[in-house]
Amino acid sequence: MTIIAPNLGAAARGTAATRRMTRGANPADRAYQAVVTALALALPALLLALIVELTINAWPSIERFGWAFVFTATWDPVADVYGAGPLIFGTLASSVVALLLAVPMAFSVAIFLTEFAPRWLRRPLGFLVELLAAVPSVVYGLWGIFVLIPFLRTVVVPPLKAAFGWLPFFQGVFYGNSMLAGGIILAVMVVPYIAAVSREVLNAVPSSQREAALALGATRWEAVWMAVLPYGRAGLVGAVMLGLGRALGETMAVTMVIGNRHDISLSLLQPGYTMAAAIANEFSEATTSLYLSALFEVGLTLFVITVLVNAAARLLVWRTAPGRAVGTRAL
Amino acid sequence: MTALVGMLSALAVLPLILIFGYLILKGASSLNLEFFLSNPVPAGQSGGGVAHAIVGSGIIVGLAALVGLPVGIGAGIFLAEYGSGRLGWTVRFVADVLNGTPSIIIGIFAWTWIVRPQGHFSAFAGAVALAVILIPLVARTTEEMVRLVPHSLREAALALGYPRWRTSLSIVVRTALAGIVTGGLVGVARVAGETAPLLFTTLGNLNFSTHVTEPMQALPLQIYVYATGPFPEWHRLAWAASLVLILLVFGLALVARRVAANRYGTR
Amino acid sequence: MARSLLVALIGSALALPAGAQIKLTGAGATFPNIIYQDWVLTYNKQTRGVQLNYQSIGSGGGIRQFSENTVDFGGSDAPMNDSAIAAVGGNVLHLPTVLGGLAVIYNLRGVSVPMRFTPQIVADMFLGRLTTWNDPRIAAVNPNVQLPRSDILVVHRSDGSGTTYVFTDYLSKVSPEWQRRVGRGTSVNWPVGLGGRGNEGVAATVAQTPGAVGYVELGYAEANQLQHGQVQNRTGQFVTPSVESVTAAAAGAMAEMGPDTDFRVSITNPGGAGAYPIASFTWLLLRKQYADAAKAGALVSFVWWAVTEGQAVAPRLGYAPLPPALRPWIETRLKTITAGGRPVWPGPK
Repeated sequence: MTIIAPNLGAAARGTAATRRMTRGANPADRAYQAVVTALALALPALLLALIVELTINAWPSIERFGWAFVFTATWDPVADVYGAGPLIFGTLASSVVALLLAVPMAFSVAIFLTEFAPRWLRRPLGFLVELLAAVPSVVYGLWGIFVLIPFLRTVVVPPLKAAFGWLPFFQGVFYGNSMLAGGIILAVMVVPYIAAVSREVLNAVPSSQREAALALGATRWEAVWMAVLPYGRAGLVGAVMLGLGRALGETMAVTMVIGNRHDISLSLLQPGYTMAAAIANEFSEATTSLYLSALFEVGLTLFVITVLVNAAARLLVWRTAPGRAVGTRAL
Repeated sequence: MTALVGMLSALAVLPLILIFGYLILKGASSLNLEFFLSNPVPAGQSGGGVAHAIVGSGIIVGLAALVGLPVGIGAGIFLAEYGSGRLGWTVRFVADVLNGTPSIIIGIFAWTWIVRPQGHFSAFAGAVALAVILIPLVARTTEEMVRLVPHSLREAALALGYPRWRTSLSIVVRTALAGIVTGGLVGVARVAGETAPLLFTTLGNLNFSTHVTEPMQALPLQIYVYATGPFPEWHRLAWAASLVLILLVFGLALVARRVAANRYGTR
Repeated sequence: MARSLLVALIGSALALPAGAQIKLTGAGATFPNIIYQDWVLTYNKQTRGVQLNYQSIGSGGGIRQFSENTVDFGGSDAPMNDSAIAAVGGNVLHLPTVLGGLAVIYNLRGVSVPMRFTPQIVADMFLGRLTTWNDPRIAAVNPNVQLPRSDILVVHRSDGSGTTYVFTDYLSKVSPEWQRRVGRGTSVNWPVGLGGRGNEGVAATVAQTPGAVGYVELGYAEANQLQHGQVQNRTGQFVTPSVESVTAAAAGAMAEMGPDTDFRVSITNPGGAGAYPIASFTWLLLRKQYADAAKAGALVSFVWWAVTEGQAVAPRLGYAPLPPALRPWIETRLKTITAGGRPVWPGPK
């Protein structure tokens, strides 16, 4: 294939002409198009099946509890009454904690890699961050249980409580398994995704932006701060939302460290629960049909939230880096 | 400021080094022949290995790749070659939505679709769940790779009288092959580490099993069970199994990178 | 090295007798998981052509997956209630396999003698009414213990669990407030604490959290050398959970059962001297009618083996063996299992 490449540049003449030339009289062409189209249609079919299946199974619960499901906090399998309030709260809260920690790091990685890092450092650093995305969730969980939590308990939390114990966020007894532990693990896990997309966004910023700022006498840092970042703002917000999408749906690592308690607490030191973790823990063991249905409704809720967040993220990223397959790979 | 950005970047990769360090520290010493070649012993006894889980993971992931890669690559080719219209936009958007769908949801989907009607847990159900995750992932990477092929190449082939399907397959796709393989490998590496979709599908097995219609153990599932268990012996096995899993996943990622680098020079 | 490994793996894969094997999958209770794993792996080794697999996913899971027909047999420490039995058309048999006690485990460094708990203390800790270890009420029954000032951190099960059922069944019997506010069930709406998954998860969390208190199956407590306390029974004695004290609890319950029993009896908070109050049978759930006679026959043979020969390992693993008087009753029940209208098991050889 490489043989033909060199002397054929001249043949390029825009795609419209190509299309006209190839519009298929050839039955083999039509068959080929039909096959790949059919394969592509598998995707919408899957999505549709997913939505239908979740909705049908969630229906008894939706019918029974209505909107109260989302707003109430009782999760009582004995009385067969379910409210997903704490799960939704826990999912959002752990994700927000994760983003607060992850965003500065992820943006730093992106800025460092695109603007400041010496050339020799870019590839290895990029690769390391990429590997961070390749670590399986369950391994993060294992590390969280045996390394992170003991470290938090002995080193981090005592001084934290001493200094900020009066804040509602650091009150109560520290169990180890907690919103804090869940948030930190999540932060580590979403950094590579946010960093990868931000890096693509920054790369898509035209160099004229930088050059104009530099020509006006700005330092390199000022150029980044005043020209590059504002230009990519929509895309960067999109990158963060993409990270949010990841954090919302992350399951195993969170299940292993967050404490799995149906409760709403402002304190980061207290155990919490997330929608994904509740499904992982309780799905195969729901004894009544309504219990199972409630878990499907949790799944549906989680699905709807992640779809909305991801859709928004994509539209934002596409504003600065059009058509990119955001989030399929890190860096 | 540059220093701050550099420091935060270093902080971002620190967990990777810590995790890898701990895996080696706590897992490497358990990697012996028994670990790789034997199956579990009853809880509370010492010894035993994860042969059943390693082989199980291989089978489940292999099957998922068998199902997922052709569909994903085909969909990717569609997106790149015919994806300029409304259908293309829809498929692209749906692929991205599916990519963002939590894997646990794919897991309960596979349970309702396969396990419940079939009346038994099976490796097959787990493979389907992983394939569902793989398809949109591979579709998008394939699309990107195929798009990178210069138009001139395609048009030259067409000018030489190649029909469109042959142009697409033997010129465009072949040129993009290294990239497609890379995308596929990265996708496979990612699903190989998935636990959540397997909880309600492959269930796990105490025995060595190669039958895809039966429950099967997988490495991530075994790590989850061992890590959350109370026996020090299980924890030891969990660390060792995690080290093996991560080496497999990183290995796939490295191979993928090598394939890509060979084709395109540096990235 | 890598090559020989591959050869060995392929070899072992090919060495499996293809097809001829009967595979049986069961899932459910974690409470008996230690002995079930032992039984299953031992039985697989000594019986040609049968391969059993048991996965501990919680008793709630055992009942659910059994009812969904996704497993060949279930395991549960909580009997199915009448509506759950009606939901499967009555096609279920509860067969007791062993007895187990629940240990109240805790993590208090520096406390070397077993703590003593009254029923009220246990209930109040799990209701969130007792919050520190050096509370005077705890001190009153533990005069010889130097109690730490630390907080009481309650750890419970996050999954649907028969262990939880037994524990909440006990608490409902001893505490009217518990009965009113929480009730009994495989999953309940816990007033306080955090959840661990499975007996393993609770044991692990307690072991890693100073000041924690939780409940696990006795075998787990012993296997992990977790600190566990004595609980006061109805006669006022503080009893250490052990094979003997659990057996004593069963003895009382036997009197209430007859040959026609469906085995669904609660033995928590029994009378009788030396009886440990938080104990229970654990059951295997089998169908009365199976589709596949070969599978059903193999399964029943295994169950019979487990309730006879298999009982020998029970004490070593921290379980109390079944009272021998139960055997003929179980035998009668197993003989009623049919496939295609025919009994699958003629009785012991």
